[in-house]
Amino acid sequence: GSSIGDRSAGGGKTKKVKRKVKPDEAPVQEMGQAEGEETEKKSVSGPCFPPTFSVSEIKNKQRRHAMFLKLKEEKRKQKLELKKKKKKERKALGDQAPPKEVPKTIENQRIYDETTVNPEDEEVAFDEGTDEFSAYFSRLTNPKVLITTSDRPRGRTVRFCEQLATVIPHAHVYYRRGLALKRVIPQCVSRGFTYVMVINEDRKVPNGLVLCHLPDGPTAHFKVSNVRLRKEMKRRGKDPTEHVPEVILNNFTTRLGHSIGRLFAALFPHDPQFVGRQVATFHNQRDFIFFRFHRYIFKNEKKVGIQELGPRFTLKLRSLQKGTFDSKFGEYEWVHKRHEMDSSRRKFHL
Amino acid sequence: MQHDDVIWDLIGNDSFCSYKVKTKTQRFCRNEYNLTGLCNRSSCPLANSQYATVREEKGRCYLYMKVVERAAFPARMWEKVKLDRNYAKALEQIDENLMYWPQFIRHKCKQRLTKIAQYLIRIRKLTLKRQRKLVPLSRKVERREKRREEKALIAAQLENAIEKELLDRLKQGTYGDIYNFPIHAFNKAMEKQEEETESEEAEDEEEPVTREFVADDEFEESDLSDFEDMNNLKGSSDEEEDAEEESREEEESEEELEEEKTKAQSKGKAPLKGPIRKKRAYVEIEYEQETEPAQKSKAT
Repeated sequence: GSSIGDRSAGGGKTKKVKRKVKPDEAPVQEMGQAEGEETEKKSVSGPCFPPTFSVSEIKNKQRRHAMFLKLKEEKRKQKLELKKKKKKERKALGDQAPPKEVPKTIENQRIYDETTVNPEDEEVAFDEGTDEFSAYFSRLTNPKVLITTSDRPRGRTVRFCEQLATVIPHAHVYYRRGLALKRVIPQCVSRGFTYVMVINEDRKVPNGLVLCHLPDGPTAHFKVSNVRLRKEMKRRGKDPTEHVPEVILNNFTTRLGHSIGRLFAALFPHDPQFVGRQVATFHNQRDFIFFRFHRYIFKNEKKVGIQELGPRFTLKLRSLQKGTFDSKFGEYEWVHKRHEMDSSRRKFHL
Repeated sequence: MQHDDVIWDLIGNDSFCSYKVKTKTQRFCRNEYNLTGLCNRSSCPLANSQYATVREEKGRCYLYMKVVERAAFPARMWEKVKLDRNYAKALEQIDENLMYWPQFIRHKCKQRLTKIAQYLIRIRKLTLKRQRKLVPLSRKVERREKRREEKALIAAQLENAIEKELLDRLKQGTYGDIYNFPIHAFNKAMEKQEEETESEEAEDEEEPVTREFVADDEFEESDLSDFEDMNNLKGSSDEEEDAEEESREEEESEEELEEEKTKAQSKGKAPLKGPIRKKRAYVEIEYEQETEPAQKSKAT
């Protein structure tokens, strides 16, 4: 009586052919425990699959799909049961339970980079004291930025330049007009600029950034993506004011990252005006540098609210060259080589 | 012998010629020796036994000539004359070589030479200017980068990171005295407030009689019949007095902050959304606390 009932229940659930029903019972009895109730439960709960069975052998697509779904469901149930069991064991053990396992993320699986900077490293400190930015960091110079584009910029790029100029204090936008960079740079130096920023455009959208520190400083070439102008921002605040913003640099750990971080830091004047409550953030995550511009307000000493204002974009470093812009004869400190550097998913360079 | 017309009949107007390219309005000739580039009876190099062209090779112009006498020798059919680099001299050379030739061919040769000379000049000028380097993008790589960027953005949790950094800076004291809730002072204030309430409650217990007298005076005309309520009011009035003192201090500081904010904002008319609004809500709560005792006094 009960066996027939089981069979019909099993047959009713599965749209399957009769051959599936026969092997049903054998594994049920194997898997079931000593108590009769549990075997009944398991036979009712779902179809059990014989060990040599494979979903891909079924030719009919609908039936194959249905079988696959059932397979998935059963796997999920097993997983849940396993979890419950583990949880019970944890509770039972109480204090003696082994520590909870930390899930693996790309950040904690990252291959350790030997050029990671140790904060107390003397060599790094010495290098930083004598490199091209030492003048800025010892407060001898104030930043003055020239923003320009490639030839014949389209509207989006022009607006992006204008918004960048509001975000970065002491920034001036000039039209390119087909001038050669190598001729522009000495003129900038003579007029006291400390930075030249060239935004390259392709297909009406900014896609590259060349950032050149002027009195023979390093030149960094970035790929720009996901540019969002101010009017495309959701829930944004009013326009940024003239106050000098604060700067946040996150996650620049290696030597290369450190020098890029200093490159960004030297864009902004030294003393941020906290009255303005504006902050510009360069956040490095997996070699992508995210730029955001916010206005913050402290609600109490444990909570702060931020509101995004300015443009946002992401940068990816393509190359870092030692002198001022010279693509043919320049000495490259770091170049992104795709086949060497992109082969591992856990290796990052910044 | 002179079978140009026959050839033209075979390949010409509506017939097939492998060098012919037909468009809606015109016929072009792809033959490299063609003088004008069009498919015409007079421009076809196959259908004219006496023909001449000007062609350029690596920046030098050459005059090619074909005559009937050499029609039987295809290997030597075209006579190649190197023209001078000087444009005027080259024109003279053409005139000299094509002395008694038909006017059409002479004229077209000179026109072609002119055009070639012009574009050679242009090439030389452009190579001196900046060359645009086209870097090919691999679609697969671009898609991969885009996806990785999205994942990195999710992993970055930017808002949290920024907020954390700002709070760290506040704790370290980089902001100085701008914000009036540095932790230690706040805690001290909290402790002080607790001490005061404790001491006052202790006084209440020691001298209950005088307190009751005061309460009775105030609430003679009140409609409250519940003594429980009166006790509650007593207790709450004490707390409210402390809260009032604190709130007054905080309000002053907040007013100062607000003034600073309005100065900071270039347009002070419409307030900032979001955070400022929440700040205001906080202030309103204090107002509500203040008004309760005022209402009581009105009742009396």
